[in-house]
Amino acid sequence: MKYTYYPGCSLKATAKEYDLSTRAVMSELGAEFEELEDWTCCGASAVETISYLLALALPARNLALAEQGKGNIQFVASCTACYVNHRKVEERVRETPDLLDTINEALSVEGLAYTGKAKVRHLLDVIANDVGPEAIAGRVKRPLVGLRVAPYYGCQTVRPYSPFDDPDQPESMDRVLAALGTQVYPNPMKAQCCGGTLLTTKREVGIKLVSNLLEAVEGADCIATVCPMCQMNLDAYQGQVSQKLGRPVSIPILYLTQLLGLAFGLPEKQLGLGYNIVPFESLPAKLAA
Amino acid sequence: MIEEAVDLTSQEFDRGFMSALAPAREKLRACIQCGTCTASCASAYAMDYTPRQLWRMIQLGLKDEVLNSKALWLCSICYSCTLYCPRGIPLTETIGTLKRMAVNEGIRKHKESRNFYRAVMDTVRNHGRMDEVEVMIRYFLSTNPLMAVNYAPLALTMLSKGKVSLGLPKLVGPGKLDKLFDKVEELEGKR
Repeated sequence: MKYTYYPGCSLKATAKEYDLSTRAVMSELGAEFEELEDWTCCGASAVETISYLLALALPARNLALAEQGKGNIQFVASCTACYVNHRKVEERVRETPDLLDTINEALSVEGLAYTGKAKVRHLLDVIANDVGPEAIAGRVKRPLVGLRVAPYYGCQTVRPYSPFDDPDQPESMDRVLAALGTQVYPNPMKAQCCGGTLLTTKREVGIKLVSNLLEAVEGADCIATVCPMCQMNLDAYQGQVSQKLGRPVSIPILYLTQLLGLAFGLPEKQLGLGYNIVPFESLPAKLAA
Repeated sequence: MIEEAVDLTSQEFDRGFMSALAPAREKLRACIQCGTCTASCASAYAMDYTPRQLWRMIQLGLKDEVLNSKALWLCSICYSCTLYCPRGIPLTETIGTLKRMAVNEGIRKHKESRNFYRAVMDTVRNHGRMDEVEVMIRYFLSTNPLMAVNYAPLALTMLSKGKVSLGLPKLVGPGKLDKLFDKVEELEGKR
Protein backbone atom coordinates (compact mmCIF):
# COMPACT_ATOMS: atom_id res chain seq x y z
CA MET A 1 0.00 0.00 0.00
CA LYS A 2 1.09 3.58 -0.74
CA TYR A 3 1.44 6.26 1.89
CA THR A 4 2.49 9.89 1.96
CA TYR A 5 4.95 10.04 4.83
CA TYR A 6 5.16 13.14 7.00
CA PRO A 7 8.12 12.66 9.37
CA GLY A 8 7.80 16.03 11.13
CA CYS A 9 10.59 18.16 12.61
CA SER A 10 11.58 15.97 15.58
CA LEU A 11 12.27 12.98 13.36
CA LYS A 12 14.84 15.03 11.47
CA ALA A 13 16.65 16.01 14.67
CA THR A 14 16.27 14.64 18.20
CA ALA A 15 14.23 11.63 17.08
CA LYS A 16 16.36 10.48 14.12
CA GLU A 17 16.09 6.91 15.35
CA TYR A 18 12.31 7.01 14.92
CA ASP A 19 12.65 8.12 11.30
CA LEU A 20 15.37 5.54 10.54
CA SER A 21 13.48 2.66 12.13
CA THR A 22 10.14 3.68 10.59
CA ARG A 23 11.61 3.65 7.09
CA ALA A 24 13.45 0.38 7.63
CA VAL A 25 10.48 -1.42 9.14
CA MET A 26 7.83 -0.14 6.74
CA SER A 27 9.98 -1.11 3.79
CA GLU A 28 10.42 -4.58 5.32
CA LEU A 29 6.63 -4.79 5.64
CA GLY A 30 6.21 -3.91 1.97
CA ALA A 31 4.51 -0.54 2.56
CA GLU A 32 5.50 2.26 0.19
CA PHE A 33 6.39 5.30 2.26
CA GLU A 34 7.01 8.36 0.12
CA GLU A 35 8.17 11.41 2.05
CA LEU A 36 6.15 14.54 1.33
CA GLU A 37 8.25 17.08 -0.53
CA ASP A 38 8.73 20.59 0.88
CA TRP A 39 6.78 19.80 4.06
CA THR A 40 6.84 22.32 6.87
CA CYS A 41 6.22 22.26 10.63
CA CYS A 42 2.66 21.57 11.84
CA GLY A 43 3.01 24.22 14.56
CA ALA A 44 3.63 21.68 17.35
CA SER A 45 2.01 22.58 20.65
CA ALA A 46 3.15 26.20 20.36
CA VAL A 47 0.95 27.47 17.55
CA GLU A 48 -2.36 27.35 19.39
CA THR A 49 -1.11 29.93 21.87
CA ILE A 50 -0.32 32.31 19.01
CA SER A 51 -3.12 31.98 16.46
CA TYR A 52 -6.27 29.93 15.88
CA LEU A 53 -6.04 30.24 12.10
CA LEU A 54 -2.32 29.53 11.87
CA ALA A 55 -2.91 26.33 13.86
CA LEU A 56 -5.06 25.20 10.94
CA ALA A 57 -3.19 26.82 8.04
CA LEU A 58 0.20 25.28 8.87
CA PRO A 59 -0.95 21.64 8.77
CA ALA A 60 -3.36 22.42 5.91
CA ARG A 61 -0.35 23.54 3.88
CA ASN A 62 1.10 20.03 4.17
CA LEU A 63 -2.20 18.36 3.37
CA ALA A 64 -2.60 20.59 0.30
CA LEU A 65 0.90 19.64 -0.87
CA ALA A 66 0.05 15.96 -0.39
CA GLU A 67 -3.17 16.30 -2.37
CA GLN A 68 -1.53 17.88 -5.42
CA GLY A 69 -2.38 15.76 -8.42
CA LYS A 70 -3.30 12.67 -6.41
CA GLY A 71 -6.40 10.62 -5.70
CA ASN A 72 -6.77 8.84 -2.39
CA ILE A 73 -4.06 10.04 -0.11
CA GLN A 74 -3.12 8.30 3.10
CA PHE A 75 -1.16 10.95 4.99
CA VAL A 76 0.85 9.23 7.72
CA ALA A 77 2.34 11.11 10.66
CA SER A 78 4.63 9.19 12.97
CA CYS A 79 4.78 11.97 15.55
CA THR A 80 1.70 12.14 17.72
CA ALA A 81 1.57 15.94 17.94
CA CYS A 82 1.89 16.17 14.14
CA TYR A 83 -0.91 13.62 13.83
CA VAL A 84 -3.28 15.56 16.07
CA ASN A 85 -2.54 18.91 14.41
CA HIS A 86 -3.19 17.59 10.90
CA ARG A 87 -6.20 15.61 12.03
CA LYS A 88 -7.60 18.76 13.66
CA VAL A 89 -7.85 20.37 10.21
CA GLU A 90 -9.96 17.46 8.94
CA GLU A 91 -12.22 17.54 12.00
CA ARG A 92 -12.65 21.32 12.24
CA VAL A 93 -13.49 21.65 8.54
CA ARG A 94 -16.05 18.86 8.91
CA GLU A 95 -17.65 20.67 11.88
CA THR A 96 -17.46 24.14 10.29
CA PRO A 97 -17.30 23.88 6.48
CA ASP A 98 -16.91 27.68 6.12
CA LEU A 99 -13.44 27.36 7.64
CA LEU A 100 -12.25 25.76 4.43
CA ASP A 101 -12.55 29.08 2.55
CA THR A 102 -10.59 30.96 5.20
CA ILE A 103 -7.87 28.32 5.30
CA ASN A 104 -7.61 28.34 1.52
CA GLU A 105 -7.48 32.11 1.40
CA ALA A 106 -4.41 31.86 3.63
CA LEU A 107 -2.88 29.07 1.53
CA SER A 108 -3.50 31.00 -1.70
CA VAL A 109 -0.34 33.07 -1.04
CA GLU A 110 1.59 29.92 -1.91
CA GLY A 111 -0.77 28.90 -4.72
CA LEU A 112 -2.02 25.95 -2.66
CA ALA A 113 -5.51 24.67 -1.93
CA TYR A 114 -6.76 22.07 0.54
CA THR A 115 -9.79 20.00 -0.47
CA GLY A 116 -10.09 17.43 2.30
CA LYS A 117 -9.11 14.44 0.16
CA ALA A 118 -6.10 13.58 2.28
CA LYS A 119 -6.84 11.17 5.10
CA VAL A 120 -4.68 11.68 8.16
CA ARG A 121 -3.40 8.53 9.87
CA HIS A 122 -1.14 7.78 12.81
CA LEU A 123 1.76 5.43 12.11
CA LEU A 124 0.52 3.17 14.93
CA ASP A 125 -2.86 2.88 13.19
CA VAL A 126 -1.14 1.84 9.95
CA ILE A 127 1.09 -0.70 11.71
CA ALA A 128 -1.64 -2.17 13.92
CA ASN A 129 -4.55 -2.10 11.48
CA ASP A 130 -3.37 -1.85 7.84
CA VAL A 131 -0.50 -4.28 8.33
CA GLY A 132 -1.85 -6.03 11.41
CA PRO A 133 -0.42 -8.42 14.02
CA GLU A 134 -0.72 -11.49 11.80
CA ALA A 135 1.35 -10.13 8.94
CA ILE A 136 3.82 -8.75 11.47
CA ALA A 137 4.18 -12.11 13.22
CA GLY A 138 4.87 -13.65 9.80
CA ARG A 139 7.93 -11.40 9.38
CA VAL A 140 9.46 -12.09 12.77
CA LYS A 141 12.87 -13.74 12.45
CA ARG A 142 14.02 -13.23 16.02
CA PRO A 143 11.09 -13.44 18.45
CA LEU A 144 11.60 -11.14 21.44
CA VAL A 145 10.58 -13.90 23.82
CA GLY A 146 10.98 -13.07 27.49
CA LEU A 147 11.37 -9.35 26.90
CA ARG A 148 8.98 -7.47 29.20
CA VAL A 149 7.83 -4.45 27.23
CA ALA A 150 5.52 -1.83 28.73
CA PRO A 151 3.42 -0.19 26.01
CA TYR A 152 3.13 3.59 26.39
CA TYR A 153 0.78 5.39 24.03
CA GLY A 154 0.90 8.84 25.58
CA CYS A 155 -2.08 11.14 25.43
CA GLN A 156 -2.63 12.59 21.97
CA THR A 157 -2.10 9.32 20.12
CA VAL A 158 -5.63 8.40 21.23
CA ARG A 159 -7.09 11.75 22.30
CA PRO A 160 -9.03 13.80 21.40
CA TYR A 161 -9.41 11.80 18.18
CA SER A 162 -9.80 8.06 18.63
CA PRO A 163 -10.66 6.58 15.25
CA PHE A 164 -8.53 3.48 15.73
CA ASP A 165 -8.31 2.75 19.42
CA ASP A 166 -9.83 3.29 22.84
CA PRO A 167 -9.09 6.81 24.18
CA ASP A 168 -8.68 5.57 27.76
CA GLN A 169 -7.40 1.99 27.53
CA PRO A 170 -5.84 1.63 24.08
CA GLU A 171 -4.55 -1.77 23.03
CA SER A 172 -3.47 -1.60 19.39
CA MET A 173 0.21 -1.44 20.38
CA ASP A 174 -0.26 -4.29 22.88
CA ARG A 175 -1.36 -6.53 20.00
CA VAL A 176 1.67 -5.58 17.90
CA LEU A 177 4.05 -6.20 20.81
CA ALA A 178 2.48 -9.61 21.44
CA ALA A 179 2.99 -10.47 17.76
CA LEU A 180 6.73 -9.86 18.25
CA GLY A 181 6.82 -12.50 20.98
CA THR A 182 7.33 -10.02 23.83
CA GLN A 183 5.74 -10.29 27.21
CA VAL A 184 3.44 -7.25 27.30
CA TYR A 185 4.01 -5.63 30.67
CA PRO A 186 0.81 -4.22 32.21
CA ASN A 187 0.88 -0.42 32.18
CA PRO A 188 -1.99 1.23 34.03
CA MET A 189 -0.72 4.64 32.83
CA LYS A 190 -0.41 3.74 29.16
CA ALA A 191 -2.50 6.69 27.97
CA GLN A 192 -1.51 9.27 30.60
CA CYS A 193 0.44 12.38 29.67
CA CYS A 194 4.25 12.63 29.83
CA GLY A 195 4.05 16.36 30.46
CA GLY A 196 4.80 17.46 26.89
CA THR A 197 6.45 20.89 26.82
CA LEU A 198 6.15 21.23 30.61
CA LEU A 199 9.59 19.58 30.80
CA THR A 200 10.91 22.80 29.28
CA THR A 201 8.54 25.44 30.62
CA LYS A 202 7.58 23.99 34.05
CA ARG A 203 10.39 21.55 34.75
CA GLU A 204 9.40 20.44 38.27
CA VAL A 205 5.87 19.52 37.28
CA GLY A 206 7.14 17.74 34.17
CA ILE A 207 9.59 15.65 36.21
CA LYS A 208 6.76 14.64 38.54
CA LEU A 209 4.62 13.44 35.63
CA VAL A 210 7.53 11.49 34.11
CA SER A 211 8.33 9.97 37.53
CA ASN A 212 4.73 8.76 37.86
CA LEU A 213 4.94 7.06 34.48
CA LEU A 214 8.32 5.41 35.07
CA GLU A 215 7.33 4.21 38.54
CA ALA A 216 4.17 2.62 37.16
CA VAL A 217 6.16 0.15 35.04
CA GLU A 218 9.16 -0.55 37.27
CA GLY A 219 10.05 -4.17 36.56
CA ALA A 220 9.64 -3.91 32.79
CA ASP A 221 12.76 -4.31 30.61
CA CYS A 222 11.86 -1.37 28.39
CA ILE A 223 9.05 0.95 27.40
CA ALA A 224 7.68 1.17 23.85
CA THR A 225 6.58 4.58 22.53
CA VAL A 226 5.13 5.99 19.30
CA CYS A 227 5.75 9.70 19.92
CA PRO A 228 9.06 11.62 19.86
CA MET A 229 7.96 13.95 22.66
CA CYS A 230 7.06 11.03 24.94
CA GLN A 231 10.29 9.25 24.05
CA MET A 232 12.44 12.29 24.81
CA ASN A 233 10.69 13.11 28.07
CA LEU A 234 10.88 9.55 29.38
CA ASP A 235 14.44 8.95 28.12
CA ALA A 236 16.30 12.20 28.83
CA TYR A 237 15.29 13.00 32.40
CA GLN A 238 15.86 9.70 34.20
CA GLY A 239 18.77 11.23 36.15
CA GLN A 240 16.44 13.83 37.65
CA VAL A 241 13.74 11.24 38.21
CA SER A 242 16.27 9.11 40.14
CA GLN A 243 17.11 12.13 42.31
CA LYS A 244 13.45 12.81 42.96
CA LEU A 245 12.62 9.21 43.83
CA GLY A 246 15.83 8.67 45.80
CA ARG A 247 16.72 5.48 43.92
CA PRO A 248 18.27 4.79 40.53
CA VAL A 249 15.82 4.56 37.65
CA SER A 250 17.19 3.34 34.35
CA ILE A 251 14.92 1.88 31.73
CA PRO A 252 15.44 2.03 27.96
CA ILE A 253 12.72 3.89 26.04
CA LEU A 254 12.43 2.42 22.56
CA TYR A 255 10.25 3.32 19.63
CA LEU A 256 7.80 0.61 18.66
CA THR A 257 9.47 0.60 15.24
CA GLN A 258 12.85 -0.19 16.82
CA LEU A 259 11.34 -3.23 18.52
CA LEU A 260 9.73 -4.30 15.24
CA GLY A 261 13.11 -3.97 13.54
CA LEU A 262 14.88 -6.01 16.23
CA ALA A 263 12.30 -8.78 15.87
CA PHE A 264 12.62 -8.66 12.07
CA GLY A 265 16.36 -9.16 12.51
CA LEU A 266 17.29 -5.81 10.91
CA PRO A 267 20.79 -4.49 11.62
CA GLU A 268 20.89 -2.25 14.73
CA LYS A 269 22.39 0.59 12.72
CA GLN A 270 19.29 0.78 10.51
CA LEU A 271 17.24 1.17 13.66
CA GLY A 272 19.32 4.02 15.09
CA LEU A 273 19.69 2.15 18.38
CA GLY A 274 22.75 4.24 19.26
CA TYR A 275 20.67 7.42 19.49
CA ASN A 276 18.56 6.39 22.47
CA ILE A 277 19.94 8.03 25.61
CA VAL A 278 19.44 5.23 28.14
CA PRO A 279 21.48 2.41 26.60
CA PHE A 280 19.89 -0.96 26.05
CA GLU A 281 22.95 -3.14 25.56
CA SER A 282 21.33 -5.50 28.00
CA LEU A 283 18.50 -6.21 25.62
CA PRO A 284 20.34 -8.31 23.06
CA ALA A 285 22.06 -10.16 25.91
CA LYS A 286 18.72 -10.93 27.43
CA LEU A 287 17.37 -12.06 24.08
CA ALA A 288 20.36 -14.29 23.52
CA ALA A 289 19.98 -15.85 26.97
CA MET B 1 -5.05 21.72 48.58
CA ILE B 2 -5.66 25.09 50.21
CA GLU B 3 -8.16 27.05 48.19
CA GLU B 4 -8.17 30.79 48.43
CA ALA B 5 -11.55 32.42 48.20
CA VAL B 6 -12.19 34.96 45.46
CA ASP B 7 -14.01 37.94 46.89
CA LEU B 8 -16.84 38.43 44.44
CA THR B 9 -18.08 41.66 46.06
CA SER B 10 -14.99 43.49 44.86
CA GLN B 11 -14.94 41.97 41.35
CA GLU B 12 -16.26 43.40 38.17
CA PHE B 13 -18.27 41.08 35.98
CA ASP B 14 -16.70 41.18 32.53
CA ARG B 15 -19.59 40.69 30.11
CA GLY B 16 -17.36 40.54 27.08
CA PHE B 17 -15.26 37.73 28.51
CA MET B 18 -17.75 34.90 28.21
CA SER B 19 -18.83 35.99 24.76
CA ALA B 20 -15.21 36.06 23.59
CA LEU B 21 -14.99 32.37 24.40
CA ALA B 22 -17.02 31.22 21.42
CA PRO B 23 -17.49 28.52 20.21
CA ALA B 24 -17.33 26.86 23.65
CA ARG B 25 -19.37 29.45 25.54
CA GLU B 26 -22.79 27.80 25.30
CA LYS B 27 -21.29 24.55 26.48
CA LEU B 28 -19.32 26.24 29.27
CA ARG B 29 -22.65 27.46 30.63
CA ALA B 30 -23.58 23.80 31.01
CA CYS B 31 -20.73 23.05 33.46
CA ILE B 32 -22.22 21.49 36.60
CA GLN B 33 -19.04 21.81 38.69
CA CYS B 34 -18.72 18.05 39.12
CA GLY B 35 -14.91 18.25 39.18
CA THR B 36 -14.26 15.30 36.89
CA CYS B 37 -11.90 17.56 34.91
CA THR B 38 -9.80 18.29 37.99
CA ALA B 39 -9.77 14.63 39.01
CA SER B 40 -8.50 13.63 35.56
CA CYS B 41 -5.83 16.36 35.33
CA ALA B 42 -2.25 15.22 35.99
CA SER B 43 -0.99 18.72 36.75
CA ALA B 44 -3.99 20.07 38.71
CA TYR B 45 -2.02 19.55 41.92
CA ALA B 46 0.35 22.35 40.92
CA MET B 47 -2.30 24.84 39.76
CA ASP B 48 -3.40 27.97 41.62
CA TYR B 49 -6.98 27.38 40.46
CA THR B 50 -8.12 23.90 39.51
CA PRO B 51 -9.81 23.34 36.14
CA ARG B 52 -13.22 23.10 37.84
CA GLN B 53 -12.64 26.45 39.54
CA LEU B 54 -11.57 28.03 36.25
CA TRP B 55 -14.85 27.13 34.55
CA ARG B 56 -16.85 28.63 37.41
CA MET B 57 -14.73 31.78 37.29
CA ILE B 58 -15.44 32.05 33.59
CA GLN B 59 -19.18 31.73 34.24
CA LEU B 60 -18.80 34.55 36.77
CA GLY B 61 -16.95 36.71 34.26
CA LEU B 62 -13.75 36.93 36.31
CA LYS B 63 -11.54 37.66 33.35
CA ASP B 64 -8.47 39.00 35.15
CA GLU B 65 -8.29 36.11 37.61
CA VAL B 66 -8.66 33.57 34.83
CA LEU B 67 -6.16 35.12 32.43
CA ASN B 68 -3.62 35.64 35.21
CA SER B 69 -3.97 32.08 36.46
CA LYS B 70 -0.85 29.96 36.08
CA ALA B 71 -3.15 26.99 35.58
CA LEU B 72 -3.35 27.86 31.87
CA TRP B 73 0.37 27.19 31.44
CA LEU B 74 0.31 23.97 33.43
CA CYS B 75 -2.09 22.36 30.99
CA SER B 76 -0.08 19.86 28.96
CA ILE B 77 -2.89 19.49 26.38
CA CYS B 78 -3.50 15.80 27.13
CA TYR B 79 -7.28 15.97 26.54
CA SER B 80 -8.15 13.88 29.61
CA CYS B 81 -10.63 16.46 30.91
CA THR B 82 -12.21 16.71 27.45
CA LEU B 83 -12.58 12.94 27.28
CA TYR B 84 -14.18 12.55 30.70
CA CYS B 85 -16.34 15.72 30.90
CA PRO B 86 -19.92 14.40 31.31
CA ARG B 87 -21.27 17.60 29.73
CA GLY B 88 -19.17 17.22 26.60
CA ILE B 89 -17.46 20.60 26.96
CA PRO B 90 -14.33 21.05 24.81
CA LEU B 91 -12.25 21.98 27.85
CA THR B 92 -8.75 21.51 26.45
CA GLU B 93 -9.66 23.64 23.45
CA THR B 94 -11.00 26.32 25.81
CA ILE B 95 -7.66 26.40 27.65
CA GLY B 96 -6.06 27.01 24.24
CA THR B 97 -8.38 29.97 23.65
CA LEU B 98 -7.59 31.35 27.12
CA LYS B 99 -3.85 31.02 26.45
CA ARG B 100 -4.22 33.04 23.25
CA MET B 101 -6.23 35.70 25.11
CA ALA B 102 -3.57 35.90 27.84
CA VAL B 103 -0.80 36.19 25.23
CA ASN B 104 -2.70 38.91 23.35
CA GLU B 105 -3.22 40.85 26.58
CA GLY B 106 0.54 40.64 27.17
CA ILE B 107 0.19 39.42 30.77
CA ARG B 108 3.70 39.72 32.22
CA LYS B 109 3.66 36.85 34.66
CA HIS B 110 3.29 34.37 31.81
CA LYS B 111 6.46 35.71 30.18
CA GLU B 112 8.45 32.46 30.26
CA SER B 113 5.83 30.23 28.69
CA ARG B 114 4.88 32.91 26.17
CA ASN B 115 8.49 33.51 25.16
CA PHE B 116 9.04 29.80 24.67
CA TYR B 117 6.05 29.37 22.36
CA ARG B 118 7.04 32.53 20.47
CA ALA B 119 10.58 31.22 20.05
CA VAL B 120 9.13 28.06 18.49
CA MET B 121 6.89 29.96 16.08
CA ASP B 122 9.59 32.48 15.09
CA THR B 123 11.90 29.57 14.25
CA VAL B 124 9.19 27.87 12.19
CA ARG B 125 8.43 31.11 10.34
CA ASN B 126 12.12 31.46 9.61
CA HIS B 127 13.00 27.94 8.39
CA GLY B 128 9.64 26.29 7.86
CA ARG B 129 10.74 23.67 10.34
CA MET B 130 11.63 23.49 13.98
CA ASP B 131 15.25 23.60 14.98
CA GLU B 132 15.50 22.74 18.65
CA VAL B 133 18.83 24.51 19.15
CA GLU B 134 17.57 27.72 17.57
CA VAL B 135 14.33 27.58 19.60
CA MET B 136 16.30 27.34 22.84
CA ILE B 137 18.68 30.15 21.84
CA ARG B 138 15.74 32.41 21.00
CA TYR B 139 14.03 31.45 24.25
CA PHE B 140 17.06 32.21 26.41
CA LEU B 141 17.77 35.50 24.65
CA SER B 142 14.17 36.70 25.05
CA THR B 143 13.78 35.57 28.66
CA ASN B 144 17.05 35.35 30.56
CA PRO B 145 20.32 34.17 28.98
CA LEU B 146 21.45 32.75 32.34
CA MET B 147 18.70 30.12 32.06
CA ALA B 148 20.94 28.31 29.60
CA VAL B 149 22.92 26.93 32.56
CA ASN B 150 19.94 24.81 33.65
CA TYR B 151 19.76 23.19 30.25
CA ALA B 152 23.49 22.60 29.78
CA PRO B 153 23.58 18.98 31.05
CA LEU B 154 20.74 17.93 28.75
CA ALA B 155 22.30 19.82 25.83
CA LEU B 156 25.61 18.00 26.35
CA THR B 157 23.87 14.63 26.42
CA MET B 158 22.04 15.44 23.21
CA LEU B 159 25.24 16.65 21.53
CA SER B 160 27.23 13.59 22.55
CA LYS B 161 24.45 11.32 21.28
CA GLY B 162 24.38 13.17 17.96
CA LYS B 163 20.74 14.11 18.48
CA VAL B 164 21.41 17.81 17.91
CA SER B 165 24.22 19.63 16.17
CA LEU B 166 25.57 23.07 16.90
CA GLY B 167 25.36 25.76 14.28
CA LEU B 168 24.94 29.50 14.36
CA PRO B 169 21.24 30.24 13.90
CA LYS B 170 20.17 32.66 11.20
CA LEU B 171 18.06 35.13 13.16
CA VAL B 172 17.52 37.77 10.48
CA GLY B 173 16.58 37.81 6.81
CA PRO B 174 13.54 36.59 4.89
CA GLY B 175 11.81 33.52 6.29
CA LYS B 176 10.48 30.46 4.53
CA LEU B 177 6.91 30.98 5.76
CA ASP B 178 6.76 34.80 5.85
CA LYS B 179 3.98 34.98 3.25
CA LEU B 180 1.72 32.49 5.01
CA PHE B 181 2.29 34.01 8.47
CA ASP B 182 1.64 37.53 7.10
CA LYS B 183 -1.55 36.45 5.35
CA VAL B 184 -2.88 34.73 8.47
CA GLU B 185 -2.18 37.87 10.52
CA GLU B 186 -4.02 39.92 7.91
CA LEU B 187 -7.02 37.56 7.97
CA GLU B 188 -7.10 37.64 11.76
CA GLY B 189 -7.04 41.44 11.69
CA LYS B 190 -3.68 41.70 13.42
CA ARG B 191 -2.05 43.78 10.68
